[in-house]
Amino acid sequence: MTRSDAPQVVEVENLTRRFDDIVAVDGISFTVADGSTAALLGGNGAGKTTTLSILLGLLLPTSGTVRVFGEDITRHRHRVLPRMNFSSPYVDLPKRLSVRENLTIFGHLYGLDRVSDRIRVLAADLDIGAFLDRPHGSLSSGQITRVALAKALLNEPRLLILDEPTVSLDPDTGDWVRSYLENYRDCTRATILLASHNMAEVERLCDRVMMMREGVIVDSGAPGELIRRYGRKNLEEVFLDIARRRARDDDKGAGAETAVPAA
Amino acid sequence: MTRASASTVPATSAAMHAPAAVFSWRRVGAMILRHLYVLRRSWPRILELAYWPTVQLVLWGFITTFFLQHSSWVAQAAGVLVSAVLLWDVLFRSNLGVALSFIEEMWSRNLGHLFASPLRPYELVASITIMGLLRTVISVAPAALLAWPFFDVWVFGLGPPLFAFFANLLVMGWCIGLVSSAVVLRFGVAAENFAWLGIFLLAPVSAVYYPVATLPGWLQGVAWSLPSAYVFEGMRAVLYEGAFRADLMWRAIGLNVVYLSLAAGFFLWICRVARLKGLLLRQGE
Repeated sequence: MTRSDAPQVVEVENLTRRFDDIVAVDGISFTVADGSTAALLGGNGAGKTTTLSILLGLLLPTSGTVRVFGEDITRHRHRVLPRMNFSSPYVDLPKRLSVRENLTIFGHLYGLDRVSDRIRVLAADLDIGAFLDRPHGSLSSGQITRVALAKALLNEPRLLILDEPTVSLDPDTGDWVRSYLENYRDCTRATILLASHNMAEVERLCDRVMMMREGVIVDSGAPGELIRRYGRKNLEEVFLDIARRRARDDDKGAGAETAVPAA
Repeated sequence: MTRASASTVPATSAAMHAPAAVFSWRRVGAMILRHLYVLRRSWPRILELAYWPTVQLVLWGFITTFFLQHSSWVAQAAGVLVSAVLLWDVLFRSNLGVALSFIEEMWSRNLGHLFASPLRPYELVASITIMGLLRTVISVAPAALLAWPFFDVWVFGLGPPLFAFFANLLVMGWCIGLVSSAVVLRFGVAAENFAWLGIFLLAPVSAVYYPVATLPGWLQGVAWSLPSAYVFEGMRAVLYEGAFRADLMWRAIGLNVVYLSLAAGFFLWICRVARLKGLLLRQGE
């Protein structure tokens, strides 16, 4: 089976989310195929985290449908949550508990058969063994990121959702995390959906990119395809092109067209 | 740092990825374990739990000693004030045990993790109410035991009715704790004073230290809508008349069934409101 005819793990259709007068996500539609790695890209306030939160069932949409593994996530999220997991800089683990205690609790919540064995394997994989028994609140940001990843991988999720997986990491640790994710994907054939500001990360990890701006997906495609279509050298330049097109549109005033790439 | 590598990890089993069971004691147990870990790591927290009930006991123990010489009402039943203060602490600690167990998740910004896990909201309710029971026992048991050597009051001398009093006050405390937790979830940790102070609104109308008949007529109606008033009247009936008023207990149980259903329903509804308004990722100190 090729990736294009693989079953869709995530199916989003006409998804809209409003917060009072603010439209955070405005009628977006996309799919993520089984075993692929996709990214939501966009500036601050583009709607990436809102979209991921809806996919996790943490936020209800104003309208539209979201299906994960074929289930309506707003109504039947507990049918699919055991197959998913996530990490996000917007949530923490209890700081007073040790890393091992935190992972043990989530191991039981996810129904793992042998929790301590799984923690041992992840500790070796993610190089967190040295601080397993230290309070989570005493860790550095790089260590916290690796622990968050360990929590996200506890149940070996078929769908891994990552919001800014390498934010605030030094280049070495960031590269290490990206390598780990590549290996994990290759070993498990899991589907990964991430949101990031790091264009190099997205270029390296993702088969498909969805560019978001002001709650709308303004363009999508494979990283290489987008770079070619916009006539740029890398994804960062594509991102800037889309962001600056917004600035020009704003200067022109109301009624400006949505960004469309050069053919 | 060495090159990252993912093991072919032995985590997945078909059962693990199956839809989450409608109710799982294992998930409830995991949440209880989370709070026991916190208590185990912090002896000051355990001491703090027992501190206030013990201080209250000592204070009211001496007041009782004084009243025994100057009040015929207290002299007729020496343990009435000490028993009342201990039972009031059951209600207070049960409320606080539930509310603090929940608010702790908000302080640590952990709600997002919990609500995106297979844990169901009513399993969360089950876990925090069980923690309410455990925290109440840890809080009140030392004071209840110390009342015997210090003030010659053996609260367990109330006999089997004590279990009925305890259970009713525990459940009423759960109700208030669930409502407090829901309010804090809806309005943020800035509203947490509600969890601490809300219950004191009920103290005057619970008739803890005096009969309901002492209250003005219009307040008596309010008092009789609270399970706690029936419990404290029942306690006085045992101590003064040596009689267990089953009618009072049945009314307390009936009210508790209604209030617990309403409180749990309110908490679960607010959990949905939190998903609707995007509150789960915006909580924290």
